[in-house]
Amino acid sequence: MVEAINMAHAWEMARDPSVIVLGEDVGTNGGVFRATAGLQQRFGKARVQDTPLAEGLIAGAAIGMAAQGLKPVAEIQFMGFIYPALDQIASHMARLRNRTRGRLTCPLVLRMPHGGGIHAPEHHSESLEALLCHHPGLRVICPSSPARAYGLLLAAIRDPDPVIFLEPVRLYRFAKQEVEDNGEALPIGHCFVLREGSDVTIVTWGAMTVDSLKAADQMATEGVSCEVIDVSTLAPIDFDTILDSVVKTGRLLIVHEAARTAGLGGEIAAIVAEEALYDLEGPIRRVTGYDTIMPLYRLEHDYIPGVPRIVDGIRATLAD
Amino acid sequence: MTSGQAVARFEIPYRGCLASDGTLCGPLPAFASDVELLRQLYRVMVRARVFDTKAVNLQRTGKLGTYPACLGHEATHVGVGSAMRAEDVLFTVYREVGTKFWRGVDMLDILLYWGGDERGTNYRNSPQDFPFCVPIGSQMPHAAGAALAFQIRGEARCALAFIGDGGTSQGAFYEALNLAGAKQLPLVCVIVNNRWAISVPVSAQTAAQTLAQKAIAAGIPSLQVDGNDVLVVREAVHEALERARSGGGPTVIEALTYRLSDHTTSDDATRYRPAAEVEAAHRIEPLARMRTFLESQGHWDEAAEQALRRECSEAVEAAVKQYLATPKQSTDSMFDYLYAQLPAGLRAQREDARHYSALKP
Repeated sequence: MVEAINMAHAWEMARDPSVIVLGEDVGTNGGVFRATAGLQQRFGKARVQDTPLAEGLIAGAAIGMAAQGLKPVAEIQFMGFIYPALDQIASHMARLRNRTRGRLTCPLVLRMPHGGGIHAPEHHSESLEALLCHHPGLRVICPSSPARAYGLLLAAIRDPDPVIFLEPVRLYRFAKQEVEDNGEALPIGHCFVLREGSDVTIVTWGAMTVDSLKAADQMATEGVSCEVIDVSTLAPIDFDTILDSVVKTGRLLIVHEAARTAGLGGEIAAIVAEEALYDLEGPIRRVTGYDTIMPLYRLEHDYIPGVPRIVDGIRATLAD
Repeated sequence: MTSGQAVARFEIPYRGCLASDGTLCGPLPAFASDVELLRQLYRVMVRARVFDTKAVNLQRTGKLGTYPACLGHEATHVGVGSAMRAEDVLFTVYREVGTKFWRGVDMLDILLYWGGDERGTNYRNSPQDFPFCVPIGSQMPHAAGAALAFQIRGEARCALAFIGDGGTSQGAFYEALNLAGAKQLPLVCVIVNNRWAISVPVSAQTAAQTLAQKAIAAGIPSLQVDGNDVLVVREAVHEALERARSGGGPTVIEALTYRLSDHTTSDDATRYRPAAEVEAAHRIEPLARMRTFLESQGHWDEAAEQALRRECSEAVEAAVKQYLATPKQSTDSMFDYLYAQLPAGLRAQREDARHYSALKP
């Protein structure tokens, strides 16, 4: 997936001279995950800027650049380091268009790794999408395959509003796929139905799509037909696709890696309850990370929901 | 006052004592008369190096997680640790193995932490010290807060905060220094300028001629020292701590050293750093000069060196053995330290975690 992300950067930088990459170690080093490898050599130091070590600065400077007509694509090195940038994201990035009644805007992308599972140190494995989705004015995207990462990153860069782009770390190297470098964007604000089914709807995103699809495969051997939906754009969510599916299957399981309380799954469950309660044949269920701090790596796979938990979640959903 | 008149002038003094060849390039500090202390400074530096080498090897063989080597930083780390009193409180970044050793932290603790086990933060001998701080610069306000607590309670104690060259770009660094200056807090900040913040050299991080001068705007005296010289680091930090302890306010000390290793074991510094620069830095590294100095004074010899290396290797091997034999924590540990008492609503999740953990092969 990381190569697809790199390719999307390169395509759009070649197409649009206003695209500027910035962040810690993105230039000479090509990013700690190599997402921006080779871009500085190809496009020069003015267009690929190594910044001082300050996340608040990166987010804030991107706002100023964007309001000046550039298209900053900024990297936060790990999602656990986003907190100093939240002031800029919440107080300014999400609001600039609204508070100036459209006079100033923020067409920028803020990319960062998302989630755990790669034996990383403390603060390197967080899933904090709910913090961002709670701020109106932002789009939040979390791709689940190399092709979707490529197409959605292109769409994010071309979007007229600020987009937070969450890249599941487990998929950076693990997810391999031939991706055609054709510059074609995928739609923002649409779920992707990864697997069609009739018995239960599984709504998920990011790296958890991989485990959810495996769980669906396992249930298929027992004759259970799971529909797997990759939410993809976490804010604002395409609820139509989710509701259509729930109306069809009558059952809903939501799977995410982030902690359960005030997680995005709660919002999805609430909307489905509001809009499709009478189409449900049983209670909505969630399989999520626990309401704990993301543990250091020896326990990380006890925290991240695995296939057995998802399978049990599917069974519980069907049992009611 | 006339227009154009200078209204303030500042300068940053530099101090060194041991040159890279082990000869003296400045006055010997008074504590140098304590031969056993001199030897101990050297011993702990060697201990840190032997440990560090082993930790990198453990990571390379899949037995440790990502590890940030301290190679080349030993004089700064040990010098600081040795200058502190037990009742002072330490706020590190994540590389200061030598300081932790001096503060009584076990090798096992450091291995556990980088081995993905929170029990590695359980510092039995320095229970008020903070654990390693990974989010860059965020330890600085904690140190200022601890120093404020000492001041409020009228205690003769100090907070010692490390920060790296990259960390001085963070807002939290300036915010903490500003408070320390405004309230004249008993805080000593050691900026470990190892020249590289992952791939970003100091010259790209800031246009400031020194990092020490960043203290000037906060009204804090600052100086630069040779961070590869354990004697001058200990002396400068000790002076600053004693001044702070007696109500003289904060100090910022920039220790000039060099990150001889990759940033962490996940990094490959050859992608961005010239080999010649690293080779040159190896020639001024901290251990050789201290050994040469001790030998020139008749305080050390080859037999002592052999014995020390053997003793360090044995200690490291024993710690590694203990580390590798430490079973992982139960999943309960994810829950049991969240609150003083686990909220009732989390008990079901704790049960779930137990259940799924038991299913694992």
